[in-house]
Amino acid sequence: MTSRRMASTARNIAVSRVLTYTVLTLFAIVDLFPFVWMILSSLKSQSEIFLQPPILFPKVLALKNYSIAWRAGGLDFTRMFLNSVTIAIPGTFLCMISSSLAAYGFARIRFYGRETIFMLFVASIMMPTMMILIPTFLLMRPFIDTFIPLIARVMFGVPFVIFLFRQFFMTIPQELDDAAKVDGYSRFRIWWSIIMPLSKPVLATLVIFTFQGLYNDLLNPLIYINSKSLFTVQLGLASFRGMYTTRYDLLMAASVFTLAPILVLFVAAQKYFVEGVVMTGLKG
Amino acid sequence: MAMSTRLRDNIEGYLFIAPAFAGFLVFMVYPIIASFVLGTYEWTLTGKPNFIGLANFRELARDEVFWISIRNTVKWVIAYVPASIIFAFLLANAMDKPMRGVIAYRTIFYLPSVSPLIGVALLFVWLYNRDFGLLNYVLSFAGLGPVGWLSDPRISIFSVALMYLYKEVGYNILILLAAMQGIPRQLYEAADLDGATGFKKLWYVKLPLLTPAFYYIAIISLIYAFQVFTEIYVMTKGGPGNSTYTLGYYIYANAFQYQRMGYASALAIVLFFVILAVTLLQNRFLGRKVQYDL
Repeated sequence: MTSRRMASTARNIAVSRVLTYTVLTLFAIVDLFPFVWMILSSLKSQSEIFLQPPILFPKVLALKNYSIAWRAGGLDFTRMFLNSVTIAIPGTFLCMISSSLAAYGFARIRFYGRETIFMLFVASIMMPTMMILIPTFLLMRPFIDTFIPLIARVMFGVPFVIFLFRQFFMTIPQELDDAAKVDGYSRFRIWWSIIMPLSKPVLATLVIFTFQGLYNDLLNPLIYINSKSLFTVQLGLASFRGMYTTRYDLLMAASVFTLAPILVLFVAAQKYFVEGVVMTGLKG
Repeated sequence: MAMSTRLRDNIEGYLFIAPAFAGFLVFMVYPIIASFVLGTYEWTLTGKPNFIGLANFRELARDEVFWISIRNTVKWVIAYVPASIIFAFLLANAMDKPMRGVIAYRTIFYLPSVSPLIGVALLFVWLYNRDFGLLNYVLSFAGLGPVGWLSDPRISIFSVALMYLYKEVGYNILILLAAMQGIPRQLYEAADLDGATGFKKLWYVKLPLLTPAFYYIAIISLIYAFQVFTEIYVMTKGGPGNSTYTLGYYIYANAFQYQRMGYASALAIVLFFVILAVTLLQNRFLGRKVQYDL
């Protein structure tokens, strides 16, 4: 390569790098600005929010939007956050136990019909929620307006979670099980004190996925919950939208505080979120 | 006498999967069978269910809103899937370089995906507001608008799909980026030795190896399109007119607003077969071209 050609290659690389950063930064701004606008809107007074042309920053921070939205229309977000957590924490916990037990069975124990049952589980991952919604609702009618249907739905394990646990367990060497068996460990004890501690990364990912799924869900709370005192955060936000169609100041404030916990969780545990996606995409 | 290992394995195996298997029977197998049965009944939750054979399906064939729902799903797929794949590919490709800040960009692009759908949907209802929304204000500088993003029945379904594109493109970026980073560097080096230019490397090395990821995104997006519900419930409730009904939303409306359990189940059966057909077709036409292992 001549020196002139090398110089031009170096220049090309520099140009393409600048171009790359410009494009990425532009998209990053497009991505983030709606969120910024949400926060800014939530801090404007009712008259400021409808100004034309719109103003970027409110003259006085209308922090009271938050306290109004927190308790508007007979809703109480303290209650609703508690309700969401009351569903999501036991739901996630039980889902992890049942799913990992089943996954251990599928990964390590030879039993009659194992391949067929596992295949059925995997096939059911594609089953549309709407397909099973109505009979499940009819089955759960005695428990309407309680959290039972919302937790029962996941507490026996979720095929998708079972699948991902099993794929991870398959990568753990069988020799560990064998050695433990020689030491007189039962299978249950192997699962609990050898396999699960080794599976912390996948467990973290699946805990986050399941928790997030339960916290963000609207459809199931919508059909099972009627009393305001049992509303989840998402159900509250949706009904808030029905009550205050034009109070965008309050709607944006409410959106901010329902988004906040998940965004905090995301920033704190980003690694597990990303690993989860990669896991689902490449092996799914 | 000790139990034979084989018997013991069978017992323990079933014990380990017992909770999941019970849940599977109650919350998956039973509902699927029950849906097919319920689809042949008329029942509004009061009184006894009334067997009507295939009458639900005959009604469905003449039901205008059902066909609107199907058309909207097709519109959603046509608008969303190619756009999402193209944007995701371009951004992932830009990030697939040894450069600083990839993680920061990745975080930003993925942020909308982790956010609860309702918050983002409400935000877009505000951005889309015809008279006071930010989007029409920005367009006014180009002399355009005002656009009735959610109030004009000709475009409302596309506006909802655009919100969804904004929200979910980050997920697809992550999938594609991970797939790109999984391509062994030696393949590019080998292409370099053969004198391949940047574009040729992209076309002959990178893209073929990304087909499984593209395939995955396409199939997940398609299956999702038939189930779109929360977006519609929060943003338009099917309106204006019937312009944003989707199959998922129409099933919900029939079951839980009109209490027509039988008719809603018939719709769910159609959904089931449509998704099955789409999956099989994709497997047949795309699956064959997918480049899996190296």
